[in-house]
Amino acid sequence: MAKLEEGKFEAVNGSPPRLRIGLFVTCLVDLMRPSIGFAAVKLLEDAGCMVEAPVQTCCGQPAYNSGDRGTTRDLAQRMIETFQGYDYVVAPSGSCAGMIKKHYPELFEEDPNWRVKADALAAKTYELTSFLVDVLGVTQVDATFDGAVTYHDSCSGLRELGVKTQPRKLLSSVKGLTIVEMNDSDVCCGFGGTFAVKYSDISGAIVDAKAKNIGASQAPTLLAGDLGCLMNMAGKLSRDGKPIEVRHVAEILAGMTDEPGIGLAKEAARAK
Amino acid sequence: MNVHSTSPQFKQNATRALHDPQLQKALNNVKQGFIDKRKSAADKLPEFEALRDAAHDIKNHTLEHLDLYLEAYEEKVKASGGHVHFARNADEAREIILSICRKADAKTVTKGKSMISEEIGINHYLEANGIRPIETDLGEYIIQLRNELPSHIIAPAVHLNATQVEQDFRRVHTHLDAKRDLSEPVQLLTEARAVLRERFLAADVGITGANFLVAETGTSIIVTNEGNGDLTQILPKTHIVLASIEKLVPTLEDASQLLRVLARSATGQEMSVYTTFSTGPRRSADADGPANYHVVLIDNGRSAMLGTSFEEMLRCIRCGACMNHCPVYHAVGGHAYGWVYPGPMGAVLTPSLIGVDKAGHLPNASTFCGRCESVCPVRIPLPKLMRHWREREFERHLTPASVRSGLGLWGFFAKRPALYRFATRAAMATLGFMGRQRGRFRWLPLAKGWTAYRDFPAPQGETFQARWQRERKGRTA
Ligand code: SF4
Repeated sequence: MAKLEEGKFEAVNGSPPRLRIGLFVTCLVDLMRPSIGFAAVKLLEDAGCMVEAPVQTCCGQPAYNSGDRGTTRDLAQRMIETFQGYDYVVAPSGSCAGMIKKHYPELFEEDPNWRVKADALAAKTYELTSFLVDVLGVTQVDATFDGAVTYHDSCSGLRELGVKTQPRKLLSSVKGLTIVEMNDSDVCCGFGGTFAVKYSDISGAIVDAKAKNIGASQAPTLLAGDLGCLMNMAGKLSRDGKPIEVRHVAEILAGMTDEPGIGLAKEAARAK
Repeated sequence: MNVHSTSPQFKQNATRALHDPQLQKALNNVKQGFIDKRKSAADKLPEFEALRDAAHDIKNHTLEHLDLYLEAYEEKVKASGGHVHFARNADEAREIILSICRKADAKTVTKGKSMISEEIGINHYLEANGIRPIETDLGEYIIQLRNELPSHIIAPAVHLNATQVEQDFRRVHTHLDAKRDLSEPVQLLTEARAVLRERFLAADVGITGANFLVAETGTSIIVTNEGNGDLTQILPKTHIVLASIEKLVPTLEDASQLLRVLARSATGQEMSVYTTFSTGPRRSADADGPANYHVVLIDNGRSAMLGTSFEEMLRCIRCGACMNHCPVYHAVGGHAYGWVYPGPMGAVLTPSLIGVDKAGHLPNASTFCGRCESVCPVRIPLPKLMRHWREREFERHLTPASVRSGLGLWGFFAKRPALYRFATRAAMATLGFMGRQRGRFRWLPLAKGWTAYRDFPAPQGETFQARWQRERKGRTA
């Protein structure tokens, strides 16, 4: 069970009902790596929350960043309705939480009715580690991980939501784990959604620089809080033949590392 | 006519840049030099963030009342004995400048660093009309010798190394001893100084840009580190100030606030080495100064941005911080952007000035990492404005068909949760099965761009929602 700071205890453990969390698992995690979603569920439940994952699709970010406001608005309205009844909405992704928090209100600038609802959803939506630390006051997690990790700060989480110290704070409570900072941990990995495919050679050059910094840190494990960035970096590291295990930070914090790292096969992981 | 653009070929330009080892080495200097210097300058000044807010407010206020400040400025320039000319576009600006030069019977014109002069292509125009323009900023001088556009708005020759410059000097300065030693950068600097010194004295007209125009006093302000701007505007009989209309600020106090963020954001200096104020022609009691003082105020697309979402771009004070912090700029350099203004500010400004049909790649070639916005001294939301361009392109059907149809398909499923769950469950099971042996794909048919540079990690197989339904249904509902 995650330990909470004093004073924040009653809110989740005392008489008022437990916080009801709507988990926005994000489409990438849903499709590519559900274990991250289950790690998030465990962390939230350990912190005393009640977690539900309503039927969901996508926050609309790919459409939004491609200039398709119409589709984005449709998807945003769906999201707003889906998550209406929850106390908080939590996503294991800074970029998807940032989409809801920073951009949904902008989408409905000219539509006061929806604007109110978008604002309400924005106000209660959080990235996972920042929810645990900033809202619940979690200071420790019950997990063990032997070895050094290096942490990449994904851009949206860092610059839209101020996620920087929260994951490090939680990681430093993991038994056996040490954090080794890489150079330029706050510089983009070159993913950028469709950018990675539309301008693949530029994206390739950016992730190349990132992979060099990761390698130079000597940490055998790379963590971050966004699966898109993680897939980009994992794909590059494996293409370069660098044996670095890549995971979402939630997997380590929840102590759920049975699944092989991103881009590794089950067999290879077992042989390890 | 604006200077020619290769922005439509952004992709090809970028690919060429990525395969240019010399350029890649030079770009490394941008990465290392500018970023640390800005950071330590910002960290040293506790009120830096508050100053950024003030800078933002000053520029916004000015833009809201631009007509009034332009009028006030014009009055003051006239009162100090100078002339103000308004040019709607590049053609008008060039003609005005040429006619001033003709009146001064000019053979040579010295020039301080000015981005607007690049925009209107004044050098080639003057040359074609028998007048010799000479750039006096070292970086501008070098790229003039090479017949290139600047690759950075404050460090025009940042894409070059010393050996390249040495070759250019040997090629052009043929009056000097062919056996002279130019192996040290300082020797290059000394040679450029000596050559330029003669040109300063011979020039009939001096053209400078302006960092700020002060409405209150009719003053133009330039900042330089080489002092070349001073010589350009003081020595010749005629001084022409070229400035786009958004350079206006209301008062000297406002200008000094902006100066405090400008140098820190640009080079990490507290102040540039020279900050020079000029107001009108030489008065009888002045020790020096030009006999004639002209200001050419150029619109060239700015007023059309007022009142639109791109108005915010007009706050730009041309510090270069956004490109210094841009991973795309670091990867491909300034020339890839294909016109005068590179990096994030160019990605927003260029489509406004030459058309999004020509410059459409620029606002798309961004990861939206947001680092530019986080350092912009006047807080221009550059990613948001790039997104606005993408929206305009989408509305005008300029978005590539492959992107449109891919997104359309995604949107179709994303709006239908039941179908989405069904389709994704099947697709991920297949992909997961195919990738289970290696855990990744080295090649995927629909993601060739991705797999050209990195592997594609295989999905775990079962979707989250499928497993959640299987394990949790009834437990939490
Ligand atoms: S957009 Fe901002 S950071 Fe970029 S050059 Fe202009 S003022 Fe500087």
